[in-house]
Amino acid sequence: MALELHPLEQFKIEPLIPIHIGGLDVSYTNSALFMTIAVILITSLLVLGTRRGALVPGRWQSVAEMSYEFVADMVETNAGHGAEPYFPFVFTLFMFVLFSNLLGLIPYSYTVTSQIIVTFALAAIVFIGVTIIGFVKHGAHFLRLFVPEGVPVILLLLLVPIELLSYFIRPFTLSIRLFANMLAGHTMLAIFGGFAASVGLLAILPVALDVAILALEVLVAALQAYVFAILTCLYLRDALHLH
Amino acid sequence: MDLAAAKMIGAGLACIALVGAGIGIGNVFSSLISAVARNPAAQAQVQPFAFLGFALAEATGLFGLAIAFLILFVF
Repeated sequence: MALELHPLEQFKIEPLIPIHIGGLDVSYTNSALFMTIAVILITSLLVLGTRRGALVPGRWQSVAEMSYEFVADMVETNAGHGAEPYFPFVFTLFMFVLFSNLLGLIPYSYTVTSQIIVTFALAAIVFIGVTIIGFVKHGAHFLRLFVPEGVPVILLLLLVPIELLSYFIRPFTLSIRLFANMLAGHTMLAIFGGFAASVGLLAILPVALDVAILALEVLVAALQAYVFAILTCLYLRDALHLH
Repeated sequence: MDLAAAKMIGAGLACIALVGAGIGIGNVFSSLISAVARNPAAQAQVQPFAFLGFALAEATGLFGLAIAFLILFVF
């Protein structure tokens, strides 16, 4: 490869404050730094935005209220009745993924969601939480989720394993979808950036393409946060209402 | 065949996954357009699902693209 910049170097985790407890490396890394920034930004947007609580909202209050209403509407239409207690969780998830994705688009910043361990941790929380909610809500009856109604017994032999499999791959598809989108998008940006660095005057073409890809990536960043949240809602509905 | 050539061929093959993503995204939006053309009032209702479908279809292709990048730059 004639690329001067290595496209995957941007995903490297570097410890900023090395901390070692026993044999465990719990250093404060650049990834942790950007998670902290995302959390601070979300908190200040929502707390400072709604502090005055004016009847006619200003700009910040509008953004805070719109994001709240957007997710509240999503939970209501997709997770059905009885999902209101889980709204704070979905809202937190949506805002965290959205801000992590968007922060990553700033040049020289770090994309937290491009690490599969981060997205997998989020997806595992959703998966384990939803399964526990299902069992608490329905007890052993929750297993009906894997047995479609009105199906001949012979077909069940085929359908139940399929339903089980599709249930257990959920955390993987949920995490890999977000991770692959972020990885592919940012790698593509870096590759065209690398082209620009090596072709001299023609660099205007890859840079123009990079601008276009960046616009697409803004869309993808918002869309993937939306997809992550909406799929969480759909999984919640399965657990609450069993199909 | 040496390893470098095999990696190039493998990355190229992994990009075939994008064919499916292209067909899928085209399908999603062509369906959206024909649905809205038939019933413009339904646009607000069907558009979120179209974008959900777009994101899901795009993600499957990106799995292949991510594999191509991993073959080229990681191993």
